[in-house]
Amino acid sequence: MSEGVSDRGPNLAVNFAGIASPNPFWLASAPPTNCGEQVMRAFDAGWGGAVWKTIGEQVTNTASRYSSIDWEGRRMMGFNNIELISDRPLEVNLREITEVKKRYPKNAVIASLMVESKREAWHRIVQQAEDAGSDGLELNFGCPHGMSERGMGSAVGQVPEYAEMITAWVKEKARTPVIVKLTPNISDIRVIARAAKRAGADAVSAINTINSITGIDLDTLTPRPNVDGKSSHGGYCGPAVKPIALNMVQQVAGDAEGALPISGIGGIATWRDAAEFFLLGCGTVQVCTAAMHYGYRIVEDMIEGLEGWMSEKGFASIEDFRGRSLPRVTEWKHLNLNYKIVARIDEAKCIGCDLCYIACWDGAHQCIHRDRISGPVDGPVELHPPPPALEAATRATIAVTPIPKLDAVSRNGSKNVTPIERIPRVDETECVGCNLCSLVCPVEECITMVEVPTGLAPETWEERTRGGVVRG
Amino acid sequence: MREQHPIIAERFRDLHPPFAPQAAVVEANRCLNCFDAPCTAACPTHIDVPKFIKKIASGNLNGSARTILDANVLGASCSRVCPVDVLCEGACVMNHHNEQPIEIGRLQRFAMDAFHARGGKLTKKFEGRREGKVACIGAGPASLACAAELAQQGFAVTVFERRPLPGGLNTYGVAEYKLPAWSSLREIELIEELGVEFRFGVEIDAEKLAEIERDFDFVFIGVGLGAGHGLKVPGGDHSGVVDALGFIAAYKTAKITHTAGKVAVIGAGNTAIDAANAALRLGAEEVSIVYRRKRESMSAFEFEYEHAKQEGARFLWQTMPVRVSADGGMLEFLDCTRVDDALRPVAGSEFSLACDLIITAVGQSPLVELLESLKGVALDKGRVVVEPRTGQTTNPKYFAGGDCVNGGREVVDAVADGKRAAIAMVHELEAAYV
Repeated sequence: MSEGVSDRGPNLAVNFAGIASPNPFWLASAPPTNCGEQVMRAFDAGWGGAVWKTIGEQVTNTASRYSSIDWEGRRMMGFNNIELISDRPLEVNLREITEVKKRYPKNAVIASLMVESKREAWHRIVQQAEDAGSDGLELNFGCPHGMSERGMGSAVGQVPEYAEMITAWVKEKARTPVIVKLTPNISDIRVIARAAKRAGADAVSAINTINSITGIDLDTLTPRPNVDGKSSHGGYCGPAVKPIALNMVQQVAGDAEGALPISGIGGIATWRDAAEFFLLGCGTVQVCTAAMHYGYRIVEDMIEGLEGWMSEKGFASIEDFRGRSLPRVTEWKHLNLNYKIVARIDEAKCIGCDLCYIACWDGAHQCIHRDRISGPVDGPVELHPPPPALEAATRATIAVTPIPKLDAVSRNGSKNVTPIERIPRVDETECVGCNLCSLVCPVEECITMVEVPTGLAPETWEERTRGGVVRG
Repeated sequence: MREQHPIIAERFRDLHPPFAPQAAVVEANRCLNCFDAPCTAACPTHIDVPKFIKKIASGNLNGSARTILDANVLGASCSRVCPVDVLCEGACVMNHHNEQPIEIGRLQRFAMDAFHARGGKLTKKFEGRREGKVACIGAGPASLACAAELAQQGFAVTVFERRPLPGGLNTYGVAEYKLPAWSSLREIELIEELGVEFRFGVEIDAEKLAEIERDFDFVFIGVGLGAGHGLKVPGGDHSGVVDALGFIAAYKTAKITHTAGKVAVIGAGNTAIDAANAALRLGAEEVSIVYRRKRESMSAFEFEYEHAKQEGARFLWQTMPVRVSADGGMLEFLDCTRVDDALRPVAGSEFSLACDLIITAVGQSPLVELLESLKGVALDKGRVVVEPRTGQTTNPKYFAGGDCVNGGREVVDAVADGKRAAIAMVHELEAAYV
């Protein structure tokens, strides 16, 4: 724990691989950092840094460029783009970088770079970006669409030899820190992180977008996004990809051969998301989709929320908790097989939706039952009526509309009390502690997983099978 | 009646406007999709509510409507007239979750509106015709549900109805802002298209009954209830004293499009409230609901009471009519007295309520004469006695359902009765014509 939080609250300032930033919240290289006017407004809103939309040889983009996955009425749970690098002239981008740095000297401006795989081309763009005043360089080895067809982006980031070679070229020239942006479209992301480290990179950022086809219009049969009746695979990002990003960040951070400062990217939309990336070792985070969805203003709560949480926990700086969760990620074989938990249902909170019941029967281990009226029956599944029998019994009942004149109904009856027969019961002798019921339960804290002491010393699979006799 | 009169259309707009498509999907997504859902259990026809709601969410609107119709052939009108607060929505688990229950009624209407807009048809459950003929007496919801099920199962059904149009109270008796008559009739057209034969303007007398008994294997009694109880005080037979259901039918058929002056409504049930609201919407300057008991004993649903208050009706509790005063053809006063909890008049509390129209809504009498003419069919307090699971009466040739059995419940109860009886008859017919 830290020496304590000052009166002015936690300090969010970071030094990331030599790049100073007033806070760890950067905008990722993407449409929100397309031009100087945008980046300056972003800094006004509170963003600590911005990775400029990738500069290089000017390109032409398509219309449309984006598509998304909506989920149960929520928009853009997953987001996809087929946009290429900056379609503005290089000299305009460079001139604006200079202007932004002049007006916002304390904020971090990182130039994202992508040029053809020639040493001179990389030397030239490094020189231009640094002369313009950027605080650091991010090598775009991750763009999965379009540019990769031209031998750039993920075409580089998927081949460790190429990534190492180009990173080395850049390091020959660069005077500012070099960040290599990693593509997730590879079977083992650590391979490229190691290549970057071998070549002398100062940091990595992860993850870039994931190859995707977001969906198909069922009227026109055209996949999205539609470009004149055709589509192309794009790069997937947004809230849906966060778990994938967290895993890849952990893989890199936990790998001695590839570990470098990491700028975390992938589905970060709130301070909670950001805190998770820091806990797995990231020094900064980069945000794109959330800013594209709601605008730069979201950073205000990211800052305030993170500060609030840090104060509560007694963390004075990001360094105080950075990487704290890394030791808690381990291989499966090191998990304690003698740890037993069971589900407990809080009767007072249960609303009687019985989603835990059907989830346990159809998706888990058939140990949640609806038998509070008849009296609990513990034991194997054969002792209990299966779900279709319960449904059939309900359908066979005769229900009538309660009419005050005809029925002695209490007017302000027990509308807010869940009937006991709808409150399921966990057979703890059969419960395997899988968590599913607590995950499907719509009421917070209604189903909790409670530890049941087994009296056994912790034992992992590795320890159990060390003798080589049993393969449990 | 298949088209609304412009004044009626203007003054009786939808109380609960339909969902826009995106709003319906948002609401459908809010549904938790409970297992063995309490809403389904609470519905007398056991519509699989989460199933039809999740089909709205997935964009399978046709499947959604079919799920509703599988359980309830009058799913469209039920979506508009059901007292959902005491049925599906009252049972919604969201009530225990500090959240508004899912708007099941409006979602059901959304699915059914889309079905009708697309020209959807009812499907047969048995291809072709089977031997066996059933007569349904009355063309209200109970008979319609019974007839539809039998026709879908391939049997010949004839419906006998006294009035010129089918639907019973669905067509003639439901407040127009809940269910317009044209909507009821549109729904029934689909039942006609199944091959159900309708004979309108048929009075059932002993001779007709004998003929029906001879020509059909089974007879379903879905005749509902009879005339309103009326106002049994001196002057209560004045022409300015009208029955609530008659009044509602008159404006629904546009026989009246305007109500003038002051109106007294006797009774505080759901029909009384429908009549009071209608009088206000038709231009009455003041509507008083006169009820001899306290508010707590009122038989109207709580939401109906709230609605009437918002429409501007005033309630006179523990008030009993004693006399109707008229000046020739014109009503002058309804003389009333306050009563105590035991309904005894409170001395000196008499007062005169100025009124131009008195609407009585104190319940309907059973059609005792008709029901007593059915040989071997036992009655209990004017209600037909049936075996609840089959609707079969004490005369095995006769089945019955709806208000004439249950004393006056909801459309959905009548539909459930009619369908249960039809299924029982199908089993008997299958056994009889092997």
